[in-house]
Amino acid sequence: MTLNYINGAEAVIKALVENGVEVIFGYPGGAVLPLYDALFENKKIKHILVRHEQAAVHAAEGYARSTGKVGCVLVTSGPGATNAITGLTDALMDSVPIICLSGQVPTHLIGTDAFQEADTTGISRPCTKHNYLVKDADKLCEIIHKSFEIASSGRPGPVLVDLPKDIQLSNVKYVNKISKIDKHNNNYSSKIDQNLISKVAKLLLQAERPIIYGGGGVVNSGPNASKLLTELVNILDCPVTLTLMGLGCVPNTNKNFLGMLGMHGTYEANLAMHNCDVMLNVGARFDDRVTGRLNAFAPNSKKVHIDVDKSSINKVVSVDYGIVGDCKEILSKLVQEVKKLHNQKTVKSKTRWWSQINQWKDKNSLGFKQVGNNIKPQQAIKSLYEKTKNFDTYITTEVGQHQMWAAQYFGFSRPNHWMTSGGLGTMGYGLPSSVGVQIAYPKSLVIDISGEASFLMNMQELSTIVQYKLPIKIFILNNEWMGMVRQWQELNHGSRYSESYTASLPDFVKLAESFGISGLRVDNINNLEATIDEMINIKGPVIADIRVEKEENCFPMIPSGAAHNEMILSSDDNQKDTSDEGLALV
Amino acid sequence: MSVYQKNEVNEVETSRTLSLVVDNQPGTLARVIGLFSGRGYNIESLTVTEIDKIRNLSRISLVTRGTSMTIEQIKSQLLRIVPVHIVRDLTLEGPFIKSELALVKLVVKGANRVEALRIAETFRARTLDVTLSSFVFELTGKPSKLDAFVHLMRSLGDTEISRTGVSAISRGEKTETKLLDQI
Repeated sequence: MTLNYINGAEAVIKALVENGVEVIFGYPGGAVLPLYDALFENKKIKHILVRHEQAAVHAAEGYARSTGKVGCVLVTSGPGATNAITGLTDALMDSVPIICLSGQVPTHLIGTDAFQEADTTGISRPCTKHNYLVKDADKLCEIIHKSFEIASSGRPGPVLVDLPKDIQLSNVKYVNKISKIDKHNNNYSSKIDQNLISKVAKLLLQAERPIIYGGGGVVNSGPNASKLLTELVNILDCPVTLTLMGLGCVPNTNKNFLGMLGMHGTYEANLAMHNCDVMLNVGARFDDRVTGRLNAFAPNSKKVHIDVDKSSINKVVSVDYGIVGDCKEILSKLVQEVKKLHNQKTVKSKTRWWSQINQWKDKNSLGFKQVGNNIKPQQAIKSLYEKTKNFDTYITTEVGQHQMWAAQYFGFSRPNHWMTSGGLGTMGYGLPSSVGVQIAYPKSLVIDISGEASFLMNMQELSTIVQYKLPIKIFILNNEWMGMVRQWQELNHGSRYSESYTASLPDFVKLAESFGISGLRVDNINNLEATIDEMINIKGPVIADIRVEKEENCFPMIPSGAAHNEMILSSDDNQKDTSDEGLALV
Repeated sequence: MSVYQKNEVNEVETSRTLSLVVDNQPGTLARVIGLFSGRGYNIESLTVTEIDKIRNLSRISLVTRGTSMTIEQIKSQLLRIVPVHIVRDLTLEGPFIKSELALVKLVVKGANRVEALRIAETFRARTLDVTLSSFVFELTGKPSKLDAFVHLMRSLGDTEISRTGVSAISRGEKTETKLLDQI
């Protein structure tokens, strides 16, 4: 081997280091042995051994979403790659920057149905932002550098690089990252139309019933975007609501914040959306969980949509003004313009709008009655929030009722502190995701708010948590049901609870003990706070089995196929049968 | 696409011809086709061939159908694909030429052979292969012209058809050279 040459695997690791990778989540196998060999010698990258490749991607997602960096994954060929697919799809739906390196059989065996061969680029094509099969070792370094650029620029997303074993072993001349990589697509124009900004600013200032609706794009755009959005809200003194993905980008304590909107959003947020005259959507994508029935979505409003992805604009909702670009850049221009015009006193009074909103608030749509000794799940989250709000707390969740209760009752005052699977709705996301978060922030309080059914989906990661001594708190709202499935069966299928009971649950306390970590259990409201205190005070990982009211439903709710103004606030409200159209919806 | 009813006025669907410049590498075509099947868009015709060996670029000419909102969506989605560099909507840009090539094999005996040759001549089709019981004709032109020719040939005997799909280019002096230089 000549001096300047290293092998492909070493070049890959070197390129990762050059791109700022400090942590990689992975699982070894035959087709990635050279890469693992290169990692063995490397002191700059910490490898976290997960227990399933899906968890590797979720962990990388948790890492990426809490830090704003690119998450990195390493899996082997065949089953390693196919196991990662759910995670990659999740990252694509929620716009999380991920690099997934997968091993592949050597190039001369591709297409022969070799052992642990899969058409990984074929399988992952629709669930990645882009992918590569490296067939030419000379292009290896360039491809890795470019992958990072693609994953993190524009609308972020997962990029998979499939690395045949012979490429990992071949001699490669290392190529440094060039400062400016070719624009990989012209969708993200850097020019912002100042005219448009000024039109939108005027529209916002002249609105009588404006509302701002922010989403995950604000979080992805970095902490400054969140600050600018909050500033805009304060200057305009207008109501603001956030999507599930956007929680935290305006502090929950801001007086203008109406809570989350959408299917399980607050009454005031949804009614304000329905009745607004001007809507500003910043970095959200009019997801069906948010809009409800489209032909009745904010019917009398002018809509402005800011998004980095041009294809998000006019995809499901036609808007009057679409601005393509990065949230923080556009918000900064918009704030400037609004400030400028604001001084000229063109702003309309919003007293009537606010008094209307306050009437909706008086409905207290998140109200619940904690009676008797059984723990209401809502109370469990509320108490958890009260006990942890003074810490630097990161919350991850699984998917289902507990996720919605967490979104409703836990207050988020900063972006990047809330990791949940929004678009894909992946049960089993929270536990591995919390691994990624805790690795990024070893000293912070990381809590996985979980349901017993979701927890079972990736509970093998307890082993990872123990191996790396991650003091993650697993807060299981245990109602022995796949609660959201049960709720829909109650509402739409005549309470025929087909297969939604979580039978044969483990004893979670013993399960914890079997891994050598602490297990707590509480079933009485009088002991709830003490249990939460104990959980927080334990230095290591904890599984807290919170036995909650079994048949509690998640409200308020926009029934499927209904509009924002057709919310139901409790089970008693559900007098109208779900429409035939609604029954077909998910 | 969401299962929720789309918020569109009952706008008519029209046919659009798109012209794409893409990297000539494995997987690019699969990405484009996967986009159409995955999101439920129509493809009426699609052709692809390398157009620039040095820069390693191919052109995809594509005919699709949809409302203007859907077409805008298709164009934006196409531009999200990393190896797709240029997406031009020829129908929207102005006058353009659409052309296609067809190879038509006709198995025919007796008097119909003369009729077949007469029709071929009318359509300015070239005769590429002749046996005592068959012809192979080559015809280029607008898809509607090819349709008419194929229809006539079918009534004369057993046929086998091979068509290339539409290739398209705008009229006038406008070229993509500047756009290509930016790739």
